[in-house]
Amino acid sequence: MANQSEAPLDIQAEEQRLQTLVKTIMQEADKQGATACEVGASLSAGLSVNVRKGEVETVEFSCDQGVGITVYQGLRKGSASTSDTSPEAVAATVKAASDIARYASEDPHAGLADKSLMATDLPDLDLYHPWGLDAEQAIELALECEQAGLTSDKRIENSDGASISSHQSARVYGNSNGFIGSGHATRHSASCVLIGRSGEEMQRDYWYDVARDPMRLSSMKEIGRKAGERTVKRLDSRKLDTGQLPVIFSAELAGGVISHFLAAISGGSLYRQSSFLLDHLGKQVFPDWVHIHEQPRLVGGLGSAAFDDDGLATRDKDFVKDGMLTSYILSTYSARKLGMESTANAGGVHNLFIEPGEQNLQQLLKTMDKGLLVTELMGHGINIVTGDYSRGAAGFWVENGEIQYPVSEVTIAGNLKDMFMSLQAVGNDVDRRGNVQSGSLLVDSMMIAGN
Amino acid sequence: MSDNSLAIARAQLLAPGELTDSSLQKVLNNVLGHSVDAADLYFQSTRHEAWVLEDGIVKEGSFNVDKGVGVRAMSGEKAGFSYSNEIILPALNAAAGAARSITRLGGDQQVQAWQREQPLTLYSDANPLDVLTQDEKVELLRKVDLHARAKDPRIKQVTASISGVHEVVLVAASDGTLAADVRPLVRMNVSVIAEQNGRLERGGHGGGGRTDYRMFLQDDQALKYADEAVRQALINLEAVPAPAGIMPVVLGAGWNGVLLHEAVGHGLEGDFNRKGSSSYAGRIGERVASPLCTVVDDGTLAGCRGSLNMDDEGVPSQCTTLIENGILKGYMQDKLNARLTGGISTGNGRRESYSHLPMPRMTNTYMLAGASDPDEIIASVDKGIYVTNMGGGQVDITSGKFVFNASEAWLIEKGKKIAPVKGATLIGNGPDVMNRISMVGNDLKLDTGVGVCGKDGQSVPVGVGQPTLKIDEITVGGTSE
Repeated sequence: MANQSEAPLDIQAEEQRLQTLVKTIMQEADKQGATACEVGASLSAGLSVNVRKGEVETVEFSCDQGVGITVYQGLRKGSASTSDTSPEAVAATVKAASDIARYASEDPHAGLADKSLMATDLPDLDLYHPWGLDAEQAIELALECEQAGLTSDKRIENSDGASISSHQSARVYGNSNGFIGSGHATRHSASCVLIGRSGEEMQRDYWYDVARDPMRLSSMKEIGRKAGERTVKRLDSRKLDTGQLPVIFSAELAGGVISHFLAAISGGSLYRQSSFLLDHLGKQVFPDWVHIHEQPRLVGGLGSAAFDDDGLATRDKDFVKDGMLTSYILSTYSARKLGMESTANAGGVHNLFIEPGEQNLQQLLKTMDKGLLVTELMGHGINIVTGDYSRGAAGFWVENGEIQYPVSEVTIAGNLKDMFMSLQAVGNDVDRRGNVQSGSLLVDSMMIAGN
Repeated sequence: MSDNSLAIARAQLLAPGELTDSSLQKVLNNVLGHSVDAADLYFQSTRHEAWVLEDGIVKEGSFNVDKGVGVRAMSGEKAGFSYSNEIILPALNAAAGAARSITRLGGDQQVQAWQREQPLTLYSDANPLDVLTQDEKVELLRKVDLHARAKDPRIKQVTASISGVHEVVLVAASDGTLAADVRPLVRMNVSVIAEQNGRLERGGHGGGGRTDYRMFLQDDQALKYADEAVRQALINLEAVPAPAGIMPVVLGAGWNGVLLHEAVGHGLEGDFNRKGSSSYAGRIGERVASPLCTVVDDGTLAGCRGSLNMDDEGVPSQCTTLIENGILKGYMQDKLNARLTGGISTGNGRRESYSHLPMPRMTNTYMLAGASDPDEIIASVDKGIYVTNMGGGQVDITSGKFVFNASEAWLIEKGKKIAPVKGATLIGNGPDVMNRISMVGNDLKLDTGVGVCGKDGQSVPVGVGQPTLKIDEITVGGTSE
């Protein structure tokens, strides 16, 4: 193995370069007659390695950059993007955006956010912790991770590999209302996918960790072992009989369930009348003990950002307080469409939490007594317009408050509105690996289809 | 490859950076200087545009240009990969240096002399974005909007979009491959929201292919998409909850071929079978479906969304028989997996872009027609579900479990369609379900050209198709007992 890695990237210099580029593009747009414009530029570079059965499978070096330009001609808008940042390409891209703006219709709600709303304080959120890992070191870690998984149980007979990836990125956003903001960040992850066998049955499962700071990643051994443990637990699975039963969504899946709620209260879904939570502001949408809030400026947070995609300062806020919907998720544009104020959520939420309860997973199983613990979901059966929810599931049958056996090839179905209103408990076993964080969720009753 | 494609690719991808065929040879030889079995360069430029209508106005348009080169070095099962979005010699050499770092110095291979294959010409190399003026594109969307709204007063929202891609690809590989392809791809979508007594439902339809925008004007195709979107939304307004449990299911012709894509297709991709991670691994020659089933992957259908003149490794597309009369015949291979398992590439090496590694992927996957009349198939069901349209699907290739979601389905009782149902998800195990196919219709249809397949984070356009077919029993996940 040649000991070669990419030349270390000076991310601060790159961020400076992108800042200059964004300013140049705004000048170019002005020169080409735009009445307003906004420009986003980003760069991401890093390394991913994958090993499988003790051998290197892939070593990938990545480096992506892109520039996106939105040009306004009065109330008309056009966008263009390019990966080429040469002056000629940039000029051509501004022209392409301007050409589109010429043909687009006037949209009374189009345009930048008001000057007075632009973020002015942009604190350092401590998101940049480079690993300084070369390919060979990354391979060693991946091998250690996979090895721990492969040897964790004799029923683990195959592997889909272990991966390490480490990336750094810089982004700049500027607009002609005088805002320019930038930041740089790192993201490191380790994962392991294993395959177990029992007789004719093969099952796979995985585990991973992700962090801004590599020092905060779980140990490779722990990730590998956990992948192994999860895989063998799924072997000898059975189907269930069809019936109405309580369901626990494990913490790893709970953030996904909460994200359907977020989709339903997002401005885009609301102004398109494509949400099961239209006109629910100020109404009860969860039991009164549920609180959901956002902390966008969390130091070191996986989803942290000091400004949103419109250049507005992000701020802490409640979306659900005492079970009531207290805020939608709005950008400048969707807020105007709805006759409201932006919630500084252009581009989505940043670090969203559902307040954890008192019980750990074991205690939640006791509370449920009898039902299905879901640890995997499959398919796309989520309808945000109606709230209809019907997905493939796998997990564990629970009786007398304890896991009895693994379950596969069943579906669970219900309506998201009912599922949220009939939430019984949120666990304290919060999965910290995502932008939307939740403990396990116990739902009163869902239709399980099996035999 | 067509010489014209190669000329276009050289002019667009190589000439601006003053690269020639022989500079590519030098870069490849440089990579082979390490103990590398094979290496390839993938040059690509894409121009993509999209126009979106919402609330009765064309409020947004976008144009994207991306261009770059990916360099891959392979040694045994190892692949080193790097890419650059600058197509100039120093960037190419830097990428090559990074890619070959998976191996030590000391190889003695040389690049093979360039070889040419007879080109396929499944689509035009003209730019599909230019056949309509911007005004005509905007006007088309407006017409669709007005048409959909005029169909029924219950239609409250219409979103319509058209998008087009013009892609130029050039592959140079150490095995002597020097091939190019110029690929058009267009797509149109119409989505509507209908409201009745406070109840909201969505309907959507669309189509596309490797052709240009004129396909949406021919026979008022765009308006037909709108008709279908409206029809679906209005039907959904009447839909009752789907039943839950095991029952017979009839799948209508066309897009329901997602069943084959999930239940069969992914499990027959060469990488999963080399690794033994698929439930179909090592089962060539075995019965994996009912004798009524013959399934192929065919990249050679003119103008279809999943078709390619050549794959992303420069191998001409072909029609590969996967299952013949229920017997597993073959896997879909790219060069790496074919080489490691002693086979040959079936032209299924695809990648999302120059910044992604190729792997075995499907093109257009479908089941050949059978003998049954579709009406007889429905009439044969005492109590079950007739799925006429699908949302999407997903598979776990290791356990073989797959799901897919019906976007339009009907309850069948005593051989008759009686009421639309909503929220039906089907779940089963690939080989089990394929063995339970008891009737296959004579009405093979391909989908309208909207499929996107995701694997390892990479998306590629695909096609699916099937005749009407009956599965004797499968679990249906609805909410009603």
